[in-house]
Formats: sequence, structure tokens, C-alpha cells
Amino acid sequence: MAKTITLEVARYRPEQEGEPAFENFDVPLNKDWVVLDALNYIKDKLDGSLSYRWSCRMGVCGSCGMMVNGEPKLTCATFLTAYDPGPIRVEPLRYFPIVRDLVVEITDFMSKLKAVKPWIVRDEEKPISEGEYLQTPRQLDNFKQFSMCINCLCCYAACPVVGLDQHFIGPAAIALAQRYNEDSRDQGKEERMDVLSQHDGIWGCTFNGECTRVCPKNVDPAGAIQQYKIKAVTDWYKSLLMPWGKK
Amino acid sequence: MDTSAHDVLLVGGGGAGLRAAIAISEFNPKLSVAVVSKVYPMRSHTVSAEGGAAGVIKPNDTLDEHCYDTISGGDWMCDQDAVELFVREAPKELLRLEHWGCPWSREPDGHVAVRPFGGMKNERTWFAADKTGFHMLHTLFQTSLKYPSVRRYDEWFVTKLLIDDGQVRGVVAIELMTGRIQAILAKSVIICTGGCGKVFPFTTNANIKNGDGMSLALRAGAPLKDMEFVQYHPTGLPFTGILITEAARAEGGWLLNKDGYRYLQDYNLGKPEPTPVLRSMELGPRDRLSQAFVKEYEKGRTIETPYGHVVHLDVRHLGEKKINAKIPFVRELCLKYQGIDPVREMIPVRPVVHYMMGGVSTDINAATPIKGLFAAGEAACVSINGANRLGSNSLTELLVFGARAGLHAAQFASEQKEGNTAAILAQAIDEKRRVEDQFLNKTAGRESISTIREEMQKAMEEGAGIYRTHDSLAKAAETIGKLQERFKDIAISDHSHTFNTELTAAFELSYMLDVAEAIIACALNRKESRGSHQRTDFTKRDDEKFLAHSLVYRNADGSTRVEYLPVTITRWPPAERVYGK
Ligand SMILES: Cc1cc2nc3c(=O)[nH]c(=O)nc-3n(C[C@H](O)[C@H](O)[C@H](O)COP(=O)(O)OP(=O)(O)OC[C@H]3O[C@@H](n4cnc5c(N)ncnc54)[C@H](O)[C@@H]3O)c2cc1C
Ligand code: FES
Repeated sequence: MAKTITLEVARYRPEQEGEPAFENFDVPLNKDWVVLDALNYIKDKLDGSLSYRWSCRMGVCGSCGMMVNGEPKLTCATFLTAYDPGPIRVEPLRYFPIVRDLVVEITDFMSKLKAVKPWIVRDEEKPISEGEYLQTPRQLDNFKQFSMCINCLCCYAACPVVGLDQHFIGPAAIALAQRYNEDSRDQGKEERMDVLSQHDGIWGCTFNGECTRVCPKNVDPAGAIQQYKIKAVTDWYKSLLMPWGKK
Repeated sequence: MDTSAHDVLLVGGGGAGLRAAIAISEFNPKLSVAVVSKVYPMRSHTVSAEGGAAGVIKPNDTLDEHCYDTISGGDWMCDQDAVELFVREAPKELLRLEHWGCPWSREPDGHVAVRPFGGMKNERTWFAADKTGFHMLHTLFQTSLKYPSVRRYDEWFVTKLLIDDGQVRGVVAIELMTGRIQAILAKSVIICTGGCGKVFPFTTNANIKNGDGMSLALRAGAPLKDMEFVQYHPTGLPFTGILITEAARAEGGWLLNKDGYRYLQDYNLGKPEPTPVLRSMELGPRDRLSQAFVKEYEKGRTIETPYGHVVHLDVRHLGEKKINAKIPFVRELCLKYQGIDPVREMIPVRPVVHYMMGGVSTDINAATPIKGLFAAGEAACVSINGANRLGSNSLTELLVFGARAGLHAAQFASEQKEGNTAAILAQAIDEKRRVEDQFLNKTAGRESISTIREEMQKAMEEGAGIYRTHDSLAKAAETIGKLQERFKDIAISDHSHTFNTELTAAFELSYMLDVAEAIIACALNRKESRGSHQRTDFTKRDDEKFLAHSLVYRNADGSTRVEYLPVTITRWPPAERVYGK
């Protein structure tokens, strides 16, 4: 028989079990398989009741984030061979409530996302007939990397502040706020700054940079938080020294 | 039974669904809009579109040329009134998205940049690097958050359309988190459930693309249109089926056979030039390129791999800088999923099922024949894509017809009164019972979901692939018929109410079987070759008999019936498709 590898998969069915437990499955160690392929193999061939989220299998829909041997990973972009000879431990994303097996509850994140007003805010809309807002490639580069977030939530599962304080709005939401703040077409920065300053936790961020390190899309949420703090501090100084200078 | 009620309900929160939701909110913020989606909207498959979205914006381009490219690309199966409307609205919709923040790639002077694309005579494809769909979807989703009238049902799975007296009244859906089965009533409903690539074994489509809405509409009595037209994209990575966008060829990539020869020159697609020539060679239409691959294979000029035969896509001569600037995602995907670096190595590729030209039949206002029921996006067929869609027309279609569906569904809803609630609720209760008895609580059953799925996919590939014959299709029809029977004996081991994905997988399989049946029925009846539908027993296009859309219905006894609807021709009479000249 071809070589196999053992997956230790966290199972939790709230209607049956009081708490999560691990279940082992042996799967073929196919060199082209990612962890997600192994989960699909389990679901199709071994145990149809295993639950997890996935869709695109190309690292862009953000559904398949899980803990793989303790690290937050996109399971569709994580090859089995990297863990040979195993075992590979697959768990739901850390710091989120578990719904079932590998599925976590993300409604809290969804409301945080909305809270930062992730849309273009303008005092005045230009009519479509007048064409596009001009934006040079350099202006685009200012916010581009913050727009690459796929909401996979690996950064939340890596962030020690999220672990301590569930109210912390979190790396991805701050990066998204910064994505709009830095967009030359946007005029909503002040509104967004107000939102961020109302949320706890941001000052607790110690810049250990875990969010940036684990991001599968090379977004730099730690950089966004840094930018935000600098802006907040200068705004605070400005409001002290020259209260008229804010807007 | 739990119920909720809205004015307009959208099944699907992808590009088409979200654009519709915004259109409704802007039409009248007092209308309550429900977006019901089996995944969080930003996970919808629009997210994976790479290359771009077509719309005339540059001074050297014209609306008529975009029309002509689309119509000839579609082998004259497009309704030309719909194409004209589409092309006219396209630039406005793309600009609207720009105003909402979509990070379109730019010219040095700050104007939106465009790139060439297959089958297009001019450069008119707007792009956000090679993650266009991702940026469009996130822009639409984030923008939709600012409208308080939009109520989202995230991770709710629709199992049925509620129809009373010939009019749609809502849906029945399962909330995945809790297993609760609920009736969500509405005065109008828009189906925006996307495509159905998973009917085939090898596809660029995500796990969630199972033709749900097509099957729901068919079961509700609405016809599907042009289901025989299935697009194979010429360049998918072997094994995964991950798409290597046409943009790779538009930027100058070459297709080479095992001898390093640009084989497309042998297939009436023009002469090889060092730099890309529009509507020529690698920038020919997808149907012709995928067919050329099969011919090369038959000549023994492809390369064998463990995951089927391939040819090579060579972008090395573009250089690292251009690759990083214009097609960074191509490089990322090759590095991460194929273990090769396109800067230094050739990319193995083969044709892969990609897009469904057919779908729920609608008129130019996105309305289906069922009162109050609309459809938009890949799930719908207006039709602007005819027998072969041009790359980058689909993303624009989501916007143009998503908005249009939203507007017309909103107007329709505004004119309606409450329906016969008792009758509708009785129907909903029946549906709840069906979900429970035939799926959730079912203890007997011997057939495995994955086995039936694999057999269906195999039958479709063998019988209804790039080239088809009566015999191959008839055999596939027989297999699918048997699988439909076997499906009734499906085994479900998971009886949990909490995030039961075995339950949804079973439903998805049942939808796919319906769609597979519809594809085969249309393909069997169309005794000609046109666009993506190539019959080796009828090799010519036959305008006399088949310049008409197939409409496939489901009869009361469960069998299918195909009728025809003439194609609308306005200014471009049927002609030969000419490329490379
Ligand atoms: C890899 C790839 C690359 C592509 N690149 C391009 C490109 O460059 N240019 C271009 O023009 N086109 C491209 N396309 C095609 C284009 O992306 C799709 O046709 C389009 O995005 C489909 O959008 P949609 O809104 O119709 O559906 P989707 O985005 O697929 O959304 C479907 C929605 O329906 C919901 N849904 C489905 N079933 C149910 C159910 N039973 N209950 C509740 N909700 C349900 C889903 O949750 C989802 O929200 C590409 C396609 C692929 C696969
Ligand atoms: S399945 Fe979409 S990111 Fe992994």
C-alpha cells in the first residue's frame, strides 16, 4: 500500500459531545495533496460527518483557515509532505468559539469588519458621467497591500491581544480601515479614526508582528496598526496644541 | 414554522447578488432586501476571477466592436438586443465600481488601465492586477454593508422556491449554524447562485458551484436555456484545475506543444508573432483553443503527465518584472500549487471546465417566465454569451444584469400585495418535512454521496466533453438516469443540526444531477456544431435549423423536454467566425 500519514483531527459535535476531542485518520500521503485534500478524503471515504469550511481550493476565498500543528494556515495551501512523517494535528482556528468540528463562529468578526466603515466615504459624489477618479499607480500602491486581505482570520488566531481581549477589533479589521484611509478617493479617515479609538485593545498591541508573519497573503496588519497609532498620537497632539487644525 | 418576510430576496451573495442588493437599496431604501447565501458573501466564487472585466473606455475602441466581438465569439447564439444593452451599460457599471473603491490597475497618468483579452479586437479589459474578481467582490461586499435595508442570511442554504399560483413567494432555507429550517417570504426573488462546474470532474470552479439555482428554477417550472454550451478554458493546471488566467496570454504568453511549437498556427488562428496580436493565435476564443488541444493530443503532440496530457504555457520571455506587475497571482499559484516558477519554467496546462453559458432563461430585464422570479449572473442566461463566452464579459455581466435584475425585481415587488400566505406556508411545511424525512433523519440508505458524484462527473466528461456524439451523449444520459434513481437510496450518516455539511453535500449532488440531465438533453437535441458544442457526428453549424436557443423544461413525471426559441438578430447577420486575419 502507498505511504500514509496520520491526521489528528479535532472533533466536536455539540449535540453529542461535551467538549472537543481528537480523532485519528490515516490518509494517503500523496505528494500533490494539501491538508484540505486530506480532509476531503476523510469526508468522502472515511467519515461523512466531518465538518469544515472550504470552497475555492486556490487560496483566495478565505474559507479554509485552521490550526495545523498549532499554526494558523490556509489548509488549501499547506502540503501534507511538509509534515512527513506526521502526525498532523488539525484544529479549528484558535480564539474563536467552535461551532462544530473545524468550523468556528465568525459573526463577531463580521460585525468588527462592518464597524470600521469599509467603504468609500465622500463629502460629494462625482457623477458617473464625469468618469473615474484619477489615481496614479503610486497612490494605488499606498493602500494596495491592505486591500489583499481575504478575511481568512489566520491573523486573529495568531494574535496574543485577541487571545486576551475579545473586544480588540483585531488585525484584519484595522488593516481594512487603513485600506480605505489610504485610498486617495476616500474622505472618511476621521470617521474611521473615531471608530478605532472607541475600540479597546489597540493600545494593547505590542507589535510582536505575529499577524503579519502568519498572513498567507502578505498583508501587513502590524504595519497598519503602527500607522494608526502614529496618526492617533499626532492627532491627539494636534488637538491639544491647535484645536482648530484638526479637519 | 419559523418565517420571515422581505420585499426582495436574493439567492446568492456573489458579484451578481451583491450588485442587485445595492441596486435595490438605491432604488428605494425602504424596500427590505434579503441576501441568502450558503457561504459568507465574500467567499462566493466571484472571488477567484482573475483576468478582468470588459467595458469600452478608450478612445480607439467602439461599442459596436465590443458587440461584434461578443456576437462572433458566441458563434451567433447571443441575443443581439441583449448584447447591445450590455455593451452600452458596461463602462458605466465599471466606473460605478471605481467610485465604490475597486482598486483597478492604472495608467501612469491615473486613468484606468485596460488589457487585451481573448477574442477581443481592442484592449478593453479592466483589471485589478490578476485578482479582479477578488477585488470586485470585496468592493461590492464592503459597499453593501453601508445599506441598512440589506439583511443578510449568511450560511443559509436554500432548498426550494415557494411558488403559488404561478408566482414566486419566497424560499425555504436551512440555517447551517443551527439546522433551523425556515420559510423566507418575499414579493420577488432573484436567483444569483452562479455556475455548475462541479458537474464535471476537472474544473476551475469552487466546491460551492453546483448549479443550485438552476435546479431550483427547473423544479419550480422555469426553463433553462442553452445548457449544452459548457466552456472549457484552455489553460488549467493539471490535477488541481486551478486556472491560469487568459491574461497570461494577453500579456504575451505562448502555448507550445511537446516540440516547443506554437501549434495554434495549425488551426486557422493566425500566424505566430513575437508579441500578442488581438483576435489571433493565443488570443483566439476559448472554444477554438480547447478544441485545438484535443487535436494536438490526437496527433500525439501533447505531453503525458500523471494527471493527463498537457501542453506548455510559456511566459518566461515576459521577464520577472512584467510577470510580477501584471500577473503576480499566476506566479503565486504556480509556486504554491504546482511547485514551479513561471519566471524560469514553462507552465503545464490543459483544458478545464470553466464556465456555463447556459442558465435560467431570462429576458433582457432578467425576468424568468415565472412571475416575480428573476435571475442574474452565471446562473442566468439572457443570453449575451451565446455558444461561447468571451473572457472578461462575465464579470461585467454580473454588474450590468445584477443591477438590472435588482431594479426590475424591486419595481415588481413594489407593485405586489401579500400572497396567499396559508397556501405558501403549507408548502413550506411540506418542504421542511421533505428535508427532515428524506435527508436529515434518514437512517436507511446504501449509496454513497461521493461515489454517485464521481460517477456523474465521469459520465459527463466522457459523454458531454469538448467533443460529443449522439452515442456518447446517449450513454451519459443513461448513466445519469440511473444515478438519479440510485440517489433516492442515498446514505446520510450525519443527523446533526449543527453545521451539517453532509446534508448540504447531498442537496448539492441532487442539484448537479438535474443540471447534468439538462446539459445532456440540450446537447443530444442540438444536431450541429457551434461554439463550445462540437458534435463529431454533425460537424457543421446549421443556422437553418439551430439558430435558436434550447429551452429545457422538466415535465410533471420528472422527464425533460427541449423546445426552441429563435435567436434575436439586430444588426449582425450570421457570418463565419474569422480569427487570425
Ligand atoms: C477561476 C475563475 C476565474 C474567472 N475569471 C474571470 C475573469 O477574469 N473575467 C470574467 O469576466 N469572468 C471570470 N470568471 C467567471 C466569473 O468569475 C463567474 O462567472 C462569476 O463570478 C459568477 O458570479 P455569480 O455572482 O453569478 O456567482 P458566484 O460568485 O459563484 O456566487 C454564487 C452565490 O450563490 C450562493 N448560493 C449558491 N447556491 C446556494 C444555495 N443553495 N443557497 C444559498 N445560496 C446559494 C453562493 O453562496 C454564492 O454567494 C472566472 C471564473 C473562475 C471559476
Ligand atoms: S478553500 Fe478558499 S482559501 Fe482555501
